[in-house]
Amino acid sequence: MKKLLPFLKPYVKESIFGPLFKLLEATFELFVPLVVASTIDIGIEGQNAGYIVKMCLLLAALGFIGLVCSITAQYFAAKASVGFAAKIRHALFAHIQKLSFTDLDKAGTSTLITRLTSDVNQVQSGVNLTLRLLLRSPFVVFGAMIMAFTIDVPAALVFAVVIPVLCVIVFGIMLISIPLYKKVQMRLEKVLGSVREGLTGARVIRAFRMEESAEEQFRERNEELTAVQKFVGKISALMNPVTYVIINAAAVVLIYTGAVRVEMGILTQGAVVALYNYMSQILVELVKMANMIINLTKAAACAKRIEDVLETKPCQTFADVQPETRKNACAVQFDHVSMRYAGAGDDSLTDIDFTAEKGQTIGIIGGTGSGKSTLVHLIPRFYDATEGTVLVDGVPVEEYPADTLREKFGFVLQKAVLFQGTIRENLRWGNENASDAELAEAMKLAQAGEILADKGLDYAVEQEGRNLSGGQRQRLTIARALVRKPEILVLDDSASALDLATDAALRKALREMPYDPTVFIVSQRTSSLQHADKIIVLEDGRTVGMGTHEELLVGCAVYREIHESQTGKGIQKGGNL
Amino acid sequence: MAKDAKKKVQWKTVKEVLHYIRRYRFLLVLSILLAAVTVVLTLYVPILVGHAIDCAVGQGNVDYDGIFENLIRICIVVAATSVAQWCMNIIHNRITYQVIRDIRSEAYEKISHMPLAFIDSHSHGEIVSRVIADVDQFADGLLVGFSQLFTGVVTIVGTLIFMLTIQPMITIVVVVLTPLSLFAASFIAKRTYEMFRKQSQTRGEQTAFINEIVGNQKVVKAFSREEEVLETFGEINDRLEKYALRATFFSSLVNPTTRFVNNIVYAAVCLAGAFSVVAGYMSVGGLSSFLSYANQYTKPFNEISGVITELQNALACADRIFSLIHEPSEVPDIPDAAVLRSPAGQVDIRGVHFSYVPERPLIENFHLSVKPGQRVAIVGPTGCGKTTLINLLMRFYDVNQGEILLDGVDIRHMKRDSLRESVGMVLQDTWLMDGTVRENIAMGREATDDEIKEAARAAHAHSFIKRLPQGYDTVIGEDKGGLSQGQRQLLCIARVMLRVPPMLILDEATSSIDTRTEMKIQSAFARLMEGRTSFIVAHRLSTIKEADMILVMRNGSVVESGNHEILLSQNGFYAKLWNSQFIA
Repeated sequence: MKKLLPFLKPYVKESIFGPLFKLLEATFELFVPLVVASTIDIGIEGQNAGYIVKMCLLLAALGFIGLVCSITAQYFAAKASVGFAAKIRHALFAHIQKLSFTDLDKAGTSTLITRLTSDVNQVQSGVNLTLRLLLRSPFVVFGAMIMAFTIDVPAALVFAVVIPVLCVIVFGIMLISIPLYKKVQMRLEKVLGSVREGLTGARVIRAFRMEESAEEQFRERNEELTAVQKFVGKISALMNPVTYVIINAAAVVLIYTGAVRVEMGILTQGAVVALYNYMSQILVELVKMANMIINLTKAAACAKRIEDVLETKPCQTFADVQPETRKNACAVQFDHVSMRYAGAGDDSLTDIDFTAEKGQTIGIIGGTGSGKSTLVHLIPRFYDATEGTVLVDGVPVEEYPADTLREKFGFVLQKAVLFQGTIRENLRWGNENASDAELAEAMKLAQAGEILADKGLDYAVEQEGRNLSGGQRQRLTIARALVRKPEILVLDDSASALDLATDAALRKALREMPYDPTVFIVSQRTSSLQHADKIIVLEDGRTVGMGTHEELLVGCAVYREIHESQTGKGIQKGGNL
Repeated sequence: MAKDAKKKVQWKTVKEVLHYIRRYRFLLVLSILLAAVTVVLTLYVPILVGHAIDCAVGQGNVDYDGIFENLIRICIVVAATSVAQWCMNIIHNRITYQVIRDIRSEAYEKISHMPLAFIDSHSHGEIVSRVIADVDQFADGLLVGFSQLFTGVVTIVGTLIFMLTIQPMITIVVVVLTPLSLFAASFIAKRTYEMFRKQSQTRGEQTAFINEIVGNQKVVKAFSREEEVLETFGEINDRLEKYALRATFFSSLVNPTTRFVNNIVYAAVCLAGAFSVVAGYMSVGGLSSFLSYANQYTKPFNEISGVITELQNALACADRIFSLIHEPSEVPDIPDAAVLRSPAGQVDIRGVHFSYVPERPLIENFHLSVKPGQRVAIVGPTGCGKTTLINLLMRFYDVNQGEILLDGVDIRHMKRDSLRESVGMVLQDTWLMDGTVRENIAMGREATDDEIKEAARAAHAHSFIKRLPQGYDTVIGEDKGGLSQGQRQLLCIARVMLRVPPMLILDEATSSIDTRTEMKIQSAFARLMEGRTSFIVAHRLSTIKEADMILVMRNGSVVESGNHEILLSQNGFYAKLWNSQFIA
């Protein structure tokens, strides 16, 4: 909670007044048995009707003041907890924006989403509960005991014995059951996993006739869950009966002691009633307290998870000042670059060394997992090289502020994602100030002219672009990168969903772009790279060939094999490979 | 009218619920009895306490015998109550958890037998939440709600009777005043409904935004849009804060308000009671009992108003689960369905019509005849019906019209299992189950280590499996194991290599594998496909050049067919596709 507490700072007033008013309310509640006692002892014993009416009006007044205090407290608690949660959510979201690709890989996006949504909500209700009840319940419990002592010390000793005993039992049961609830949660997640698997794998399960073993596995997990649920149920089922027995045992002792004291003339009958009422109040509050603590442990676990995210320091830092770029430097240079992903056992790229002149087209080809994507991800510094230097315009990428560096790029990622909004809004991610004409031009260039004609710029794209086909999305993501008129354009295997004719037309259009950017094309197809000024052939993260299409066909066996496997010449030979 | 219909649905759901509970009816009756016992005994204690207090009126006026008698009674009653309560709790848990278990099992069975049409057309997250969250909420809400409702009613009736036996006049005071708290609660609930609606709407909006942005954080970073998205987020967040504050505050008024009403009742009882004692209608002990009751009596009223919403919610959840359970299963095998044994592989498709949605016909009057051992490749643009054809062959979907014959027998007349057993399938969607690499290759089949390794070698997966942390025993799954798309596809291929099925379907089976590895696998496939009827869907034309028959599909029908040479010489759509890979 330490890291989250500062978010409560703007609500210091609310966080103090909330519990304070709650305590006031509780104090008034504690007076009730005393008022009843004097009604009995003075009003009834003395047959004093006026006194009785006065005392009952006092009771009603206490109730009313309690109401006012309580509403005030609820308001402060709501304001503080809701505001607190909103601030955390905002900070968390802002922090996630600062994380680097490596951090995002490590945390996992689905985890981050849970932190931002359900975890923050849990913390919100936890804080709300804390402000309202954390002080109130113990206050009432001990307040009742103190009030009992003011009435009669020997009788009140019963309270002094019973409260610790109750605490031990209530908290003992909770301590035992909280870890068990975690176990329940874990087993529930397994059941959930089974269900999800049954849905996502429906085709494969049926094709391999695994229905029965899948059902068997589900039943097993379901049975395990039920078993642990019943077990926890048995333990928590003890709570109410046991506390009930103890409270009433205490009441019995209390009444007996009270009776003895009455006989001795020390206590009145009204006082005994008051003592008994205090005893009843304790029970109610202890049960509330137990529930509250269960909720608070949940909230604390959520708070811990949120803190973990807030504590991850972005593993990249960027420069604040603009670097001096050299005029005649190459657009991109790799100086003996190696790269290993965090936590990976081996390098993904080893000793990559090449230059790309301004306006050149560089092709990158290689098998699955050969490091093609990794290579282009290093240029805008999505990841950092572990060895060697990546230079853009002659300056090491580490010396750029993030925005300056990334504004140079139009990067088309493998996964074609658009966002909710119009096509225009989506394309303007590339350039906030682009005119409609510029957007249309970029779309035409990206072979998305038909989408423009069909749907227009105002077409509403749904979340993640799910109302568009894969090919349409891919062309729009290319257009989005082109709108920027980038100095460096990177296409990371971005034409995979396009049919071959469109792919060819796209490549032709890119070659004829008027502003002559440096282009990186990652592809598995040699046909996509034929016209590149330089093709880098990767295998297992190493350069095994570099040159033009023609040079590589002669000088690079790997490239030749790839080419032949795609033009059909290789198939006859396939059996021998 | 609409309300009537809704009521009918609810009644139907209630009947269903009773059906699930029926097998636990003995336990249920027992739990109700125990609940009644618990409530009555609990209510009896304040009376005994009152009697005991009446035995200690003042100095020199203490009846020890009376006190002892009452205190012993209290002890017995309390002991009995707590035993009854404990048993009741345990029985209650038992019923709840077992009903949950039963419903979940049934739901899962349904999932594994429902037509793929349902699974394909519904969000998986939504179905999962029905089986998990809805079932939980249903059981909690219904059974907890039911027990609260029951004990609540018993408490109210019991308290009324006990109060009437002590003092009818004051009872009337309590009865008249208590409904006030009900009114107060429902008044607030009505006012807050709109605020809650706005809150959950905004929360939903925010969650969707978070899912979209954080889920694609890398795109945001690639375009340096961090500040812009933060701004949008802040705007939604501020709105949420505003609505959440209102909803939280106003809904938290219920408690203080009802407590206030209770306090008023308490004061009124005190007033009326004190005068009754003065007038001699009642003892001080009686007043003490009454004050206890005044506290207890109002509580079930407050609970009941909550319980009713909870019950309705539970019924809504139950309705969602039952509608899942009542989804029709796949059409069962016909009674005398043939069992397919190592078919020769003659496939005839005759006049098949099929569409996923009736309004959009997809495949119309489709004819095809494949001789045993032929290799059939299907090409064509996205959405032309390639995958649909495979759905029909595997009977994931049934044709709307026409028939598909395998070795001359309509596939609808043979056992589904035996059909699927005869066909090996590799899909583009590389699904892996939660389990070890070994289990994922074996897929429920008894296979020796050597067989599995042999299959993995054939699929060129052995070398990367060896390098995994625990080799063949590494646990992988949909989101576990950190395998690349290509590696996952190799595992899926290994599965089929292990089975050596009489027929083969490859639906973009090598789309994520680089072309060199693909070529090597192709040679393994070529060996596997020798003499087996096979269907291949592929994007890369080079992989299908060798097929005996190439079907070029467009908009659900075959526009060209023949082998590679014939199609090229026809200079049609296929030739255009083929040549386009060389245009630069």
